[in-house]
Amino acid sequence: MIRTTLALLVLSAPAAFADEMWITNERDDTISVIDTQTLEVTRTIPTGARPRGIIFSHDHKVVYICASDSDTVQVMDPDTGEVLHELPSGEDPEQFALHPDNRHLYIANEDDAISTVVDVETRTVVAQISVGIEPEGMAVSPDGKIAITTSETTNMAHWIDTETQKIFANTLVDSRPRHAEFTSDGAELWVSSEIGGTVTVFDGATQTEKAKITFDLPNIHPDRIQPVGFEFTPDDAIAFVALGPANHVAVVNMASYEVEEYILVGRRVWHMAFNRDHSQLFTTNGISGDVTVIDVASRKPVKSIKVGRFPWGAAFRPTN
Amino acid sequence: MRLRAAIAALMLSALPAWAELTIPVHYLRQIVPQPPTLSNLDPRPERLGIDGASLALADNQTTGQFLGQTYRLEITEVPEGGDFADAMRAALAATPFVILDAPADTLLSVADLPEASEALLFNASAPDRKLRSQECRPNLFHTGPSLDMRTDALMQFLLSRRWTGLALIHGTHAEDLAFADALTGSASKFGLKIGATKEWAFDADMRRNATQEMPLFTQDLGRHDVLLLADEIGDFARYIPYNTWEPRPVAGSEGLRPVAWDRVVEQWGAAQLQSRFEDLANRPMRPLDYAAWAAFRAIGEAVSRTGTDDPAALRAYMLSDAFELAGFKGRPLTFRTWNGQLRQPIPLVHAHAQAALAPLDGFLHPRTELDTLGLDAPESGCTRFQ
Repeated sequence: MIRTTLALLVLSAPAAFADEMWITNERDDTISVIDTQTLEVTRTIPTGARPRGIIFSHDHKVVYICASDSDTVQVMDPDTGEVLHELPSGEDPEQFALHPDNRHLYIANEDDAISTVVDVETRTVVAQISVGIEPEGMAVSPDGKIAITTSETTNMAHWIDTETQKIFANTLVDSRPRHAEFTSDGAELWVSSEIGGTVTVFDGATQTEKAKITFDLPNIHPDRIQPVGFEFTPDDAIAFVALGPANHVAVVNMASYEVEEYILVGRRVWHMAFNRDHSQLFTTNGISGDVTVIDVASRKPVKSIKVGRFPWGAAFRPTN
Repeated sequence: MRLRAAIAALMLSALPAWAELTIPVHYLRQIVPQPPTLSNLDPRPERLGIDGASLALADNQTTGQFLGQTYRLEITEVPEGGDFADAMRAALAATPFVILDAPADTLLSVADLPEASEALLFNASAPDRKLRSQECRPNLFHTGPSLDMRTDALMQFLLSRRWTGLALIHGTHAEDLAFADALTGSASKFGLKIGATKEWAFDADMRRNATQEMPLFTQDLGRHDVLLLADEIGDFARYIPYNTWEPRPVAGSEGLRPVAWDRVVEQWGAAQLQSRFEDLANRPMRPLDYAAWAAFRAIGEAVSRTGTDDPAALRAYMLSDAFELAGFKGRPLTFRTWNGQLRQPIPLVHAHAQAALAPLDGFLHPRTELDTLGLDAPESGCTRFQ
């Protein structure tokens, strides 16, 4: 009896300890779970309608999913894939960011020109902040004092004081800002502009523009180079920037703001996430319906993994 | 002194639009008689175009609230036989920014008013080639596509599918003839050939007998891959699909249509624009709504980037490399410097989906592929815009 239990434990152990990459499939209403060791899809989990933003709680006990067309944020048990409950997110939640306190979700309500702040413990709306048209990107500074919403049609980054939940600055960026991210020390805020084709770097303390990064690929017209999602290496040395329909990820030196390289990935690359030791980067490719795995050291794509239709968000889940 | 200049420069860079501004915009429409059509399925919405401008007002206002900029929209509809020039003078007395929905000749007559010489006028409606060529005006921008832009888009698609043998049926209205003319011109531009051409001049009620009439009417068109229809007022073309003698797809005013906008456009964030519009207007967005929206948004974009309401400065900005409008069609929209036409992709749509988006892959241009659609600089013949 005891021996049987032990054998079962041994058998299930490798599966339980393999890290996972969670991918939302916007047009399939599912999540594809990729084993980061074998690079195979191990699970497909049903979600609400049009899942986009995905983020794990800081302790990785639950995963939050923006089910945009269900007008809700779903809270899921990542072990079972069971939806535990839903959060009052406001209409059409697209992207969100989790405050360092692990308690407050800042949610962009794309159809409503507002950002909603939800307390995930009490499951109540703490604040709603009027922002520009089509809020999209969301970020919270590492010290938790500033939240950012980008608005796609208003072309701004809105700087929100998380104490008062009020906007204290608005900074114009190029057309159709998408993603926003603070560097790990909070010194810089990066904002990508999809139609503008640029990434603007702001000084986190003064909200002034420090640099503007442009991209240039041979044989691809500048109009088709559309920066969307991006991720920083943990040492803030390198930024990987998804270029949408240019089907490439740019490798940007974060000290010089120069592009060092372009990596070919799948079609209309959206967002991305690193594995545990940041040796691999997983990009979602909306049109080709797959995920490209990039070897970070060699900056080469190593594998394409078929997932659901229109993969959008990516989030890493360590399992031990 | 130097310190003060430095501070002023700092203020400028931190807050590009530091001055409080009010931007009044006038939407001026000439009501024209609508010819009767065989079917009443698709009446012209009462606020066609106006709803588009109203949505842009809301969009600009939202942005403006963060920059201390206020936008206003005045709307005037001039009845048939009314004094359009008078209405234009009244509009210009209050603002230099006017969005126009009127026939080409009416547009020209008001663009030439002395009061309009410093104004920024936007043609949202008139697709005529002449407004972008010999009869262009320095104060007149065009946010709706010209006929050639639409027909070039269609021909690119037909060529890429190698459906090169074409036949054409056109109506008798001036709009039909102009569209047929543009189809013929675009076919020749892309090396396609329009063979048999017939005029639709019947006055029977096709809701009863289309099935009997159309096969016979299309029997003598000869060999063709695609049947083109020029019926820009929406009269007879809807009765032609499936009633042709030969089993052929139709394109042009019916079937596969090259349009500035349609409810089926959903890529590139368009779904958001569509749902904002539906919320406002309770109907799908049409091409004229899109053109009016684009005109007002172009003004808003230029004002928010420059922080000025000076029409000359805004005109210069809109024609500069810095200007780009996010128009939900997958790439930035810009104005052609030689005739003020808004460059834009043209969706090729049918009733339930977008089949393709022109310019299609493989149609190259040294400046931008968007300039494979419509009048390019060397052929435009417009000398008065720049």
